[in-house]
Amino acid sequence: MIAIENVNIHLGEFDLRDINLTIEKNEFFILMGPTGAGKTVLLEAIAGLIRVDTGHIIVGGRDVTSLPPEKRGISIVYQDYSLFPHLTVRDNITYGLHFHRTPKDEADKRFDRLVDELDLAHLLHRLPINLSGGENQRVALARALIVNPQVLLLDEPLSALDPGFREELRKGLKKLHQHTDVTFLMVTHDFSEALSLADRAAVMDGGRIKQVGRMKEIFQKPESTFVADFVGMKNLFTARFRGTRAAINGLEVELGRSPENGHGYIAIRPEDIVLSREKLHSSMRNSFRGTVTDVTDQGLYYEVSIAVEGVTFKSLITKSALFDLEMGEGSEIFLSFKATAIHTF
Amino acid sequence: MKKKEPFFWITVSCGLVIMAFILLPLIQMLTAPSLSMLKETIQDKDVVRSIWLSIYTAGLAALIAFVFGTPLAYLLARSSFRGKQFIESIIDLPIVIPHPVVGIAILSVAGKGHWLGQIFNELGIRIMGSVTGIVVVLTFVGLPFYVNAVKNGFENISPRLENVSRSLGASMFSTFARITFPLAWRSMLIGIIMCSARAISEFGAVVIVAYHPMIAPVLLYERFEAYGLKYSQPVAVWLVSICLALFLILRILTLRNAEKT
Repeated sequence: MIAIENVNIHLGEFDLRDINLTIEKNEFFILMGPTGAGKTVLLEAIAGLIRVDTGHIIVGGRDVTSLPPEKRGISIVYQDYSLFPHLTVRDNITYGLHFHRTPKDEADKRFDRLVDELDLAHLLHRLPINLSGGENQRVALARALIVNPQVLLLDEPLSALDPGFREELRKGLKKLHQHTDVTFLMVTHDFSEALSLADRAAVMDGGRIKQVGRMKEIFQKPESTFVADFVGMKNLFTARFRGTRAAINGLEVELGRSPENGHGYIAIRPEDIVLSREKLHSSMRNSFRGTVTDVTDQGLYYEVSIAVEGVTFKSLITKSALFDLEMGEGSEIFLSFKATAIHTF
Repeated sequence: MKKKEPFFWITVSCGLVIMAFILLPLIQMLTAPSLSMLKETIQDKDVVRSIWLSIYTAGLAALIAFVFGTPLAYLLARSSFRGKQFIESIIDLPIVIPHPVVGIAILSVAGKGHWLGQIFNELGIRIMGSVTGIVVVLTFVGLPFYVNAVKNGFENISPRLENVSRSLGASMFSTFARITFPLAWRSMLIGIIMCSARAISEFGAVVIVAYHPMIAPVLLYERFEAYGLKYSQPVAVWLVSICLALFLILRILTLRNAEKT
């Protein structure tokens, strides 16, 4: 559906380099990365709003690299929604129809369906200034979808909303995607948002794509320290590999497999580290005794730091588990993790 | 009640001094002529002709600024390129150049010694002592005010609105007509007011390029020189009142529309 081939963009101080990406038809694809990674630049390049220096952008089998934005059939929804402030909600939604030769009954049908699906009927006569954040977002979505685009680009559409609303609108977005055959490409810096919405994703940093793959793959098998850190791999260590074992500063862990000998990184998700008062008799091949150095409240979970021979591991446990373990700073505790929970790269 | 500090009273008294400084001379001038004198002045054909000439040359200058200045203001607001600051400084030049110098500068390209003057001459366009000359001078001094006001207006419109419009299928031209212009026209009106207000007050440059036909400030000066303060005051009152009335009407029109959107 969308193929981005060897795209390079030079924008003053900022560069996008060697971008290659394929997105399938009707996919919900997510572009992740920290602020300043170049996600919005890539989005605007796909929409034709930023010129590409080299490379090709192909949408629906057609090379659109040199087409102006109005000829690409790609809609965009910005973080601030960018509703036209001088037009009513109705005129905002129908704006794009002025430039497409859509038969009247077809246009009316689309309008009615979107107004119904996004619950906008009571807002049609209002001006954008009188809308809430969530309403703004729904109008922007209707305006973008009424022209039946091949691709809908979403630039952090949820980040400007109240956290309480976000969940609801995230579900709405997912439903909307299921009800259309439009390809969704969404930018976010929130990993949990991506996890709940996308089929596949790409992680960007510093103007480059760091990893592309299924959400689960990226989460479980980050290919670089940057991606690991970004997806919440809190336990990230430099290690020396020898056979099936890895040494972190002298602490040896069992990998259950043998990566190439030499230096590398290992990463363990904090929720994969199990804490106990007694040494566990289980299949977990790595078990160490350590000292709790810190416990911090993370809302639903507590993050516990445990020092083992100079290496600090981080584990996430629930509040009740914290009480059951009767621990605090300075307590002695056992930590265990499976060999398969260790990611090497 | 909290006791006000001395600093507060210093700020207030400075404010009062400035108010008095601005208002006293104006009020004195406005109230000096008797009603009969005002009536007599407005029946004077020379006065009416000069005020009318002032208004319509200033209006023409604003119109020219609108036609040529709007695209330039858009360019300056939307794109960044090397030498942009240099161009912005050039646009501001007419503000800082002494007024008589403007007049002399314009005459030096309009004369027969200059190729541009020769082209004008062959086309039958006269700058020296003509309405055309007055409009040229007024446009020269008023243009920066228009371009700067409208540039600010364009800068306040998010380029994302234009991006969205284009992604929905609108060409650059449709986008400007449907989105950018409706959102920027208020700043254009403010630009027109600022430009014509500046133009209508010009004296130094006009008097060098065109003593005749006489615009109101030149007539004012002539009356003052020939007959003294008493005979120039009523003309001044009429000029100021008519200008204020015009600007007030424009302002009201803008504000009324501002409430609608």
